[in-house]
Parts: sequence; C-alpha cells; structure tokens
Amino acid sequence: MSEDIFDCCIIGAGVIGCAIARCLAKYRLKVIVLEKAADVCSGTSKANSGIIHAGYAAKPGTLKAKFNALGNPLFDQVCQELKVPFERIGTFVVAVTEESIKTLEELYQRGEKNKIPDLEIVRDRKRIKKMEPSLTDKVTGILFAPTGGIVSPYDLTIGLAENANVNGVQFLFNSEVVDIEVKENYKKVITSSNEIKANTIINAAGVHADNISRMVGLDYFTITPRKGEYILLDKKCIELNHVLFPIPTPISKGIVVSPTYEKHIFLGPNAQNIDDKDDLSITTEGLIEIIQGGRKLIPDLPINQAIVTYAGLRAVANTNEFIIEPTKVGGFVNVAGIQSPGLSASLAIAEYIVDIVKECGIELNPNPNFNPIRKVPPRFAILTDEERSKLILKNPDYGTIICRCEHITKAEAKAAIHRPLGATTLDGVKFRTRAQMGRCHGGFCTNRIIDILSEELNVPVEQISKKGPKSELIIAKTKELRGAATEGN
Amino acid sequence: MPPLKEINVDVAIIGGGPAGLAAAIAAKEKGAEVLIIERDFELGGILPQCIHNGFGLHIFKEELTGPEFAQRYINQAQKLKIPAKLNTMVTSISPEKEIIAVNQKDGNLKIKAGAIVLAMGCRERTRHNILVPGHRPAGIYPAGLAQRLVNIEGYMPGKRFVILGSGDIGLIMARRLTWEGAKVEAVVEILPYPSGLIRNQVQCLKDFGIPLILEHTVTKIHGAQRVEGVTIAKVDENWRPIPGTERFFKCDTLLLSVGLIPENELSRAANIEIDPRTRGPMVTNSLETSIPGIFACGNVLQVHDLVDNVALEGSRAGEMASIYVFKSIKMKKEKIQCTPGENIGYIVPQFISLDAFSDKITFFMRAQTPQREVYVEFTMGGERIHRKFSKFAIPSEMIKVVMPILKDKIKEFSDITVSIVPKTKEAESNA
Repeated sequence: MSEDIFDCCIIGAGVIGCAIARCLAKYRLKVIVLEKAADVCSGTSKANSGIIHAGYAAKPGTLKAKFNALGNPLFDQVCQELKVPFERIGTFVVAVTEESIKTLEELYQRGEKNKIPDLEIVRDRKRIKKMEPSLTDKVTGILFAPTGGIVSPYDLTIGLAENANVNGVQFLFNSEVVDIEVKENYKKVITSSNEIKANTIINAAGVHADNISRMVGLDYFTITPRKGEYILLDKKCIELNHVLFPIPTPISKGIVVSPTYEKHIFLGPNAQNIDDKDDLSITTEGLIEIIQGGRKLIPDLPINQAIVTYAGLRAVANTNEFIIEPTKVGGFVNVAGIQSPGLSASLAIAEYIVDIVKECGIELNPNPNFNPIRKVPPRFAILTDEERSKLILKNPDYGTIICRCEHITKAEAKAAIHRPLGATTLDGVKFRTRAQMGRCHGGFCTNRIIDILSEELNVPVEQISKKGPKSELIIAKTKELRGAATEGN
Repeated sequence: MPPLKEINVDVAIIGGGPAGLAAAIAAKEKGAEVLIIERDFELGGILPQCIHNGFGLHIFKEELTGPEFAQRYINQAQKLKIPAKLNTMVTSISPEKEIIAVNQKDGNLKIKAGAIVLAMGCRERTRHNILVPGHRPAGIYPAGLAQRLVNIEGYMPGKRFVILGSGDIGLIMARRLTWEGAKVEAVVEILPYPSGLIRNQVQCLKDFGIPLILEHTVTKIHGAQRVEGVTIAKVDENWRPIPGTERFFKCDTLLLSVGLIPENELSRAANIEIDPRTRGPMVTNSLETSIPGIFACGNVLQVHDLVDNVALEGSRAGEMASIYVFKSIKMKKEKIQCTPGENIGYIVPQFISLDAFSDKITFFMRAQTPQREVYVEFTMGGERIHRKFSKFAIPSEMIKVVMPILKDKIKEFSDITVSIVPKTKEAESNA
C-alpha cells in the first residue's frame, strides 16, 4: 500500500471525515481515511445531541451560519439514500420570562438573515401546551423552527463511511497519525501502524486537528475540548414531541431536552472547557447541572429512568468559528473547529471540500459506478409479526433475539460484523445494531455478543474488546488465575 | 403474507425460572394444559449460574445449590410432561391473553391462552441507573453478568475487583472471584448497613477478610479503555460524597450489585397496572394483575430474597391461573386496597379480592430502614386488625405475615394500612 500515492488522505473518521469520503467517492479518486480508534465515529460524532439545527442560531455571515443553512436541507435525501433515520420533528427555543421574549425575537431576526424558512414565534400558551404537554407551565413563548430535526449521529456516520467504502474509499483503523512529512510531490503520513503517501491531506481530526495541523508546520489555531455531558432516559417515559432548547447562553445553546429517533429522551449537554482531549468522564457536578437545566423545561423529568450517561467533546477553535480552508502548505486542507452546528453542517461542508480538493489541483472525473444507495439488513424490531415470520423462514437467526430490551436478533449482530467496515468490537455491534443500548445496557446480551464476535471473527474471546486494543473484556478463562492470585500487584 | 402459526393452551407461563416452573407444575396438577415459554437455552432462570449453596432450606429442608434446586423442579415438570419452548422470546402479550413469541423453529408464534402467568424475573440496575460518575471503559459489569461469565461461560472478567453495592449477588461474587484467584479489594456500600443477607456477609466477606466499607460510594471510575481504578468517598446522610474523604483503589474491574428491577416491559405494553414501589404489577391475593386472567409471581412481581419464596409464590400463581381457567372460583371486582404505612417500603399483594378470600392471606413486605423489636401492624379504618412481632425488620430480608381473615368480625371492609411500629410499652399497653 505504501508504494501507492493516494489522491486524498482524510485524517479522522468522524462525521466530517466520512461525509467528505463519501462525496469524494463520487469521483475517480484514490481516497483513504485514517482513524486512530478501532471504528468509525469514535469521537465527537458519537456523543452529541444528534440535532439537525434549523439554522437560526449562528451569527449571520459566519461559516457556521452558511453551512448550517446549506446543510440542513441535504439531510432528507442523504438519509434516505443511506437508510438513516431522520425526522424533522421541529425545535423550540423556550422562554420562561417576559424579558427573554426579546431573545426569541433576536433569534427570529437572525433566522431571517440566515434565510431559515418557516420560523415562528408562538405566544399562545394553549397552543404551545397542546404541541408539548409536558413543557413547563412557566413558558411565556417559543421560537418554533419546524425544519429542525433529529438524526442518529452514529447511524449517519456509519452510513456515510459504509457507502464511501463500498464505492472504493479505503479505511485504516487503529492508525493514529504521528507525523506528516511534506515532500516535493506528495506528503508522507506516518501512522502508528503504517505509512501513507498522498497528494492532498484533509485534516478532519476533530479535537486533535490543531496537533495534526502543527505536523505540517501550521500553528495558527488551537482546539479546546469543551465537554458536554448527557443523560438518556428510557423510552416513552414522558410525552415529548419536539427538541426543546432553553434561552441560549454566550457559549452554548443550553441544556436541551429532546426525544431521540428511538423515542428515548435525552437531556444535556452542559459546557465545560477542559485540557485533556481524551477525557470523556462523567462528573457528578455535570449531571446535577443538566438535571437542573432539564427540569427548567420539563419539571417532571423521571431521572430514575436513566439508562445511560455519556459525555462528548466539542472541538472549539480559538476563533470560535469553523476553520474550513486550504492552507499555505499546498494540498493540506484544514476542516477544524467543527463544533455545533457541525453535524447539521456536515453534509454541506463535505460538498464544499470537493471544490477545495479541485482547487488543490486534483482532477475530478465522475465515478460512473458510484452507488449512493446503502443496503441495510432488515431491523427485526420495526417489522410486523407477519414480516418477522417470513424473515425467520429465510434466515433462522432472525428467530433468536439476543438483546431483549431493543429486540435485536442474532442475524443482525452477525450482519453488523460482516458488513462493509463491519464491527470488530462490542461497541461496534452496539452502534450498528442497538444491542446493549436499552435499559439493561448489556446486562443480558454482553456475553452473547462476545461469543458471536469471537465466532464470526474467529478470534479467542480474550481478544474481544469493548472499543479496540487495551479494552479487552475477558482477562482469562476460569481456573487459569487460581494460585497466581494478586501477584505483581 | 401467511398467517402466524397458532396454538392454544390453558395456562401460558412466561419465564422458565423457579417462579415459572413452580407455577407450571401447580397449574398442571390442577388439570390445566400448560406451556412454559423460556428465552434462554435451558430452564431454571438465574439458578443455573448460582452454583453456591443455601437454596431450598424452607421447601426441601436441606441446603441445595442453585442448579440442584432448579433440577428438582425441572424433573417434576418433566415427569408431568409439561412442554417448554426454549430459546423462545415473548415479544408481546395482549389483554385478550394472546401471546406473540419468536424462535428459530416456529418463527413468530401466536399462543392463545386461557390464563397467563408472568414470571419474567428481573434485571440488574446498572452504573448508569444510579449515575456513577467517571469514564466508560471496559471492565464494568453488573455482578450477575459477571456471575454468568464465570460460572456458565467459564470466563474471568478481571483480576482485581472493587464491588459497589452489598447486594447478595455482589457478596456471593466476592467469594467466588477470590476462589478463582482474583483479588477483591473491597465491597463498597452507600447505606449505613449492608443490603445482602447476613449469612452472606459472614460467609462471603468476613471469612475471606474482604473489607465492607459502609456509607461510601464510587465517585469516579478511572481508565479510558479498561478500568484502572476507582475513587470512593464517604457520603453524608443525603448520600452526597463528602469532599476530602476520597480514597483510590487500583483495580481492573468494577462490579455493581446495586439492586434489581422487575422486568415488566411486556406487562407495561399490555397496560397492566404497575406499582411504582415494587416496579411489579399490582396484584390481588390471588396474584392476579389488573387484567383478569393474567397473574404474576417471582421477581417480576417483587424482588425476592430467597428462591424458596419465589417458588411458593409461583405455585400459588399457577394454582390460581388454573382456577381462573376452570372458573371454579368466581372472582369479583370489589377489592380492598393495602397501603404501606410507616417504615414499609412496599407490600404485596396490593389488593385483597373478597371472593378469593381464604381464611388467611399471606403478605410480603420490606422495611425501609432497619429496626429492632417491632410489630408489623395491620389497621383497617384506624382499627388494628392484626399484628405480628418481629425481632428485626431489615430491608434486605422480606417480611412474611400471614393474616387470618375473620370475615364475621369485620362488618364493613375498608382499606388496610400496614406499618412497622416499635414494640414500646405504649404499644403493649394498647394491645
């Protein structure tokens, strides 16, 4: 592989990297994506709000405003092609005082300038309560944005990556970029596992993008990780129809309460700048903050129905703006600082990067074989009883439910492993099938999935990990540790 | 589309653990045609992985292991030729008592039942349910999953453990892992008293020198990929960690034994009324839920302390289900409600159905906080109708009270309140 020169090397298999990969797959190019983790979607893209913002929030004239407005309308088609659930359920900004109505009006005006359709300020409390019965009685008005929606960010990222891959893009996992050498005719990317030669490099490394940029001598921005914590509540524990935002603060859109497309309820995120780019830990203070924040919108949030807590890191550039540009190092493109509304903007950013790649001197010839449609295995949980029967006749593994909470079958777990860019880890199966994502959170299915992974990948169980090397799940077989107790501790 | 395969049974039992097995046997003995539906590959529920002894003291008057206890019921079911569908998962039940179940052989199967016994058991509370802070690495397991890995699959999930929560499974696993050559650093409990049975505290921790650290909780899980350690801290009376009391334990695995939750997703989807205290269905003294003909028993009804109680409850549910099918007792709608009073966490049954009155009713309840020298007191309309003395009332052990029903003594039935009251002199003089 090292003898070939790639046209494009994308660093980072998050939603931005994968969206770019899929856009570039539409052309006859040799493209490779390098990812330091064991799977796609292992950083910011996996732990965020999954909201496709209407686009009223960003300051007019900024890249954030531009790409959000351009990105939002692209979701219908792309999600349809990739079979990724996406729903325009509409978003609220909720005012609970008279003064904050002014903020709603400001946001409305921003929205007008950003050319966001169908915005409406609703002050009729009866109508608001009818739209959202669980909402606080203190509501004085809302900004309603019907084009706002929800998507599963990992489904989207996995879908983009798979589709890029079947259309020719290569992916290398467990390959952390450690250095880049700029040569006369190409760039050499040295990873923890390999060396790659490429003409253009697209730096989509999320919170690490500043480090990557420095590797080619470009030290003009910094990325600060801004942690956001979340709590996910069990399905349908309250009635909730829209994404609810509070009045925004200077650094964040505030603590949201929203349904997910699977009808779970999430609350979060808070916003805290941190130093450690790998710190995804949950804090008690953070949880208290988001519970208090969530209760300002929905006073009766049943926190005792929490099924998972998680944290994500926003990649915040010191410019507080997206950095999407070619650089003075010819063929090195930065796509950095993609914090909110990054997910909403991702598809538009990817289209724009194609233009930049062209400007870098890469010839773009359409790929006649590009197939935008992603094939996915049937999901047992959403089928009718009759459809299920028919499916089990064809593939008996659909008759074995391994995840009792989410009704995921053995057939789906096996398919997740054998798909393009298939799962190699417990988390890989989780994010592709939803097994372990329900209320018992793996209490009953973990052992089954370990066995399925071991069998399908033909590796010993001791090598099966949660999320790649050093996160192995089984230390030994029983009896192997007896007598050796506590040595070396 | 072809129609679903359909079968008819008198009593369908969902779950082939001790509750379901006992229910099936009792229903069959009463003459009902029974079917057990079990999602695992074998009968016995959680018992096959409970290879320690201590089961069966009440029913069999001897100490059995979990698999032995289960086998006695499995043998009896086999003798009675009770059919069981294994590897079969129920995906829905309806108030009309139609069950949809799925397996490899039958595909999607419709089971029309005269009565249903719910015996689905419970699941373990996770670190997320109780909002334990820290990272999300590999090496965090609910204790029951760890037990399954070790005892059924033959896998060791770690070498050096901290166990959060002093529930029985956690205590049992502390000993089991130590036998397996692992080191258990500590069992950490947020409450001022342990939540497992006293015999387990002695036999599983004390005998092995494993420290039990009360009034502490885990305040941080360390390690991004695999657990590298946990920080624990002392808590105040509101369970909030006290700054400055933190201690770090190096370990590669954190087990959680922080409570069990009855698995009532099927019940909820069928609109069966759930008691927020037990998180199980509301039942009458015939163990009938809010939907006529659907009964509940075992850990899906209330989280039990002893499997003997589970099996006894199962027998009763099976018997009542067959009575329902054969309409040998007509059940009326009027019910007396039983409400928990002072220091009662919950009480089962929540209702007494007058027509199901036998001469006595068995109640199960749990105390909210430990108390010594108490009366469990039943009052109706402010008047005490029954009481029972108990030396201890501790949350980890169920309290069983058999209340005689003196029909002629009670002129007008009204709701019953059950309380735990101290055995003071006043109480005695009142008696």
